[in-house]
Amino acid sequence: MAFKNYILVCAGTACESSKGVALYEALEKELKAQGADTEAQLVKTGCFGFCEQGPIVKILPDESFYVKVGPEHAQQIVAEHIIKGRQVKELLYDKNQSSGASADNIAFYQKQQRIVLRNCGVINPELIDEYIARDGYAALEKVIFEMTPDEVIQELKDAGLRGRGGAGFPTGLKWGFTKNAAGDQKYVVCNADEGDPGAYMDRSTCEGDPHSVLEAMTIAGHTVGADQGFIYIRAEYPLAIERLENAIGQAREYGLLGKNILGSDFSFDIELRLGAGAFVCGEETALLASIEGKRGMPIPRPPFPAVKGLWGKPTVINNVETWANIPMIILKGAAWYSSIGTETSKGTKVFALTGKINNSGLIEVPMGTTLREIIYDIGGGIRGGKKFKAAQTGGPSGGVITAEFLDTPIDYESLMSIGSMMGSGGMIVMDEDDCMIDVTKFYLEFTVDESCGKCAPCRIGGRTNYNILDKISKGQGCPEDLDKLKTIAQAMRKASLCGLGQTSPNPIMSTINFFEDEYLAHINDKRCPAGKCKDLLSYTVIEEKCIGCTACARVCPVSCISGEVKVAHVINQDQCIKCGQCFDKCKFDAIHKG
Amino acid sequence: MAKMTLEELRNLRGSKKKEMTQRDGDKCAQIVIGMGTCGIAAGAKDAFDAFLDELNHNDVKDTRITQTGCMGLCFSEPTVEVAVPDMPRVIYGNVDAQVARRIVREHILGKSLVSDHIFDKPAQDIIK
Repeated sequence: MAFKNYILVCAGTACESSKGVALYEALEKELKAQGADTEAQLVKTGCFGFCEQGPIVKILPDESFYVKVGPEHAQQIVAEHIIKGRQVKELLYDKNQSSGASADNIAFYQKQQRIVLRNCGVINPELIDEYIARDGYAALEKVIFEMTPDEVIQELKDAGLRGRGGAGFPTGLKWGFTKNAAGDQKYVVCNADEGDPGAYMDRSTCEGDPHSVLEAMTIAGHTVGADQGFIYIRAEYPLAIERLENAIGQAREYGLLGKNILGSDFSFDIELRLGAGAFVCGEETALLASIEGKRGMPIPRPPFPAVKGLWGKPTVINNVETWANIPMIILKGAAWYSSIGTETSKGTKVFALTGKINNSGLIEVPMGTTLREIIYDIGGGIRGGKKFKAAQTGGPSGGVITAEFLDTPIDYESLMSIGSMMGSGGMIVMDEDDCMIDVTKFYLEFTVDESCGKCAPCRIGGRTNYNILDKISKGQGCPEDLDKLKTIAQAMRKASLCGLGQTSPNPIMSTINFFEDEYLAHINDKRCPAGKCKDLLSYTVIEEKCIGCTACARVCPVSCISGEVKVAHVINQDQCIKCGQCFDKCKFDAIHKG
Repeated sequence: MAKMTLEELRNLRGSKKKEMTQRDGDKCAQIVIGMGTCGIAAGAKDAFDAFLDELNHNDVKDTRITQTGCMGLCFSEPTVEVAVPDMPRVIYGNVDAQVARRIVREHILGKSLVSDHIFDKPAQDIIK
């Protein structure tokens, strides 16, 4: 016998602390007491991600969404909702929610809106039929049989779609350049060389909905007059490659790729090109060189690829997320698309939310959503109840967004104005335990490694700045270092050949701007406020607090803690490797870190 | 299938659309496993095998298992969506082999939800 109702009680860690457990027990007791335990099943759920309003109770199947529910409400919920079938109005999140209204309609769930990820997690990505069933290839039909190429370009311009790879160039404009460029042969290229640390939006899109990329590229082929497309994807994405290859095979079989698509006189085909995972190949000119079989190094622009790209021919190149937007824009229209987002940034943005956040994951929000909504409402807040310090967007080319900007709406311009950038969509959340010098060093190490070495500002500037940061993190920095960092960063921005070198100083400039005090603490006081930089740390036993339980001495991997049972212990500073295990182990807060 | 004309594509779309919406209402239970890289890395293949094995073991014939891409709940991978007729559609997180077997026994056969592993769908679906 199935139950009539299911009471879902949030038992995520955040709600756990806000009395989720007590609530669960109270509901359990009430169900039994009122003889309703055969009517409704009580279920513990994971975090709903709406912890500010917790504990949350959701009742299925009518999807009533109760917030700030305490154990004292258990009696009422069971008596009213479960037994009499009447909602407890004062606990509803949306007080006007009528009975039977779905949780989909409440504001919280609308914080996310899925356009790019519309099919991810819904369809079987290996079956073209499921994509077709969800209006797949209907946009292609429309473009081939009902629209002129100029209408398609106008639609994209009206929609306000901007490149999702990072720079935000208007897509319609780009296509227009290629369409109007002279040339017997033109190409369409998909940039799936996703390289930012912590970013996996494009991989997930290719894995979950490969046909949306193929359809969009075919639309571009028809619009600009190209008959060949290439998807440049890194070899370290084997599953995405497998699913794309499978999708290309199915599309060819159905005649959605190949000669005379759908019986028209338009022909278009797509091939994959696998990259070796060089970060610089995400830069479009380097990417095109790599497709041509040359070493992946950038060349100065202009001319832009739209006019002179692959093998010198006009080439439309867009990133995966940009492509995945296009079929929906064609199908639902520019007016619909441009109604989502902000004045200058239309549509949605996919973020890979990672770091010190409770609900890390792949999210898609309308442009203009604030960082606070992303972190606290969708992400469920900072792990372990710690304090938010900063979020990093734009990867090695981006910067940090600090707590004072939590309410800044996220779009291209506002992120730029606070020294970060949209980037491809990696968003790494950091808490009070993260050291900004350490984080900056990490990104710089990455760009130094990935610099192709062709131009001196990037090759030498990056390395020099890394060395300075390394020095600072070891407590050997001097007051002049800050100016030196800034001077080199400025030179790199102006003189580097491509985006990699021009933007790689961004993390430095951004963290110096917002966390100068942290730099100064490292330089002047030889102190790491976050307690991250090992060379500036020391662990000491606080004698008054130590009861001599020996736990620290037993856990120390280098056996540098000595002391008798019930006598205060001592850490030998010469041998200490600063692993912090004693600090974590001590139950009496008797070890001082700093 | 051979290469399609416009009309054939439209017909196929119509019939598949019907098929997919009917799925929700039919007698057959459905298990959808998120098999993106994140899911697979977290053990979705083990869960998949456990589902198959447990269904066979209990001689369950009217349950369909399919795969899909990332549902976005990467912190709780592997994620699995379960739809049983006359019960609410739910998403389970952290589904290892053991939880997969519990889902078959408690949810598919026992018609009750499996505590501690239920999550909500993260976003509304824009194509209705």
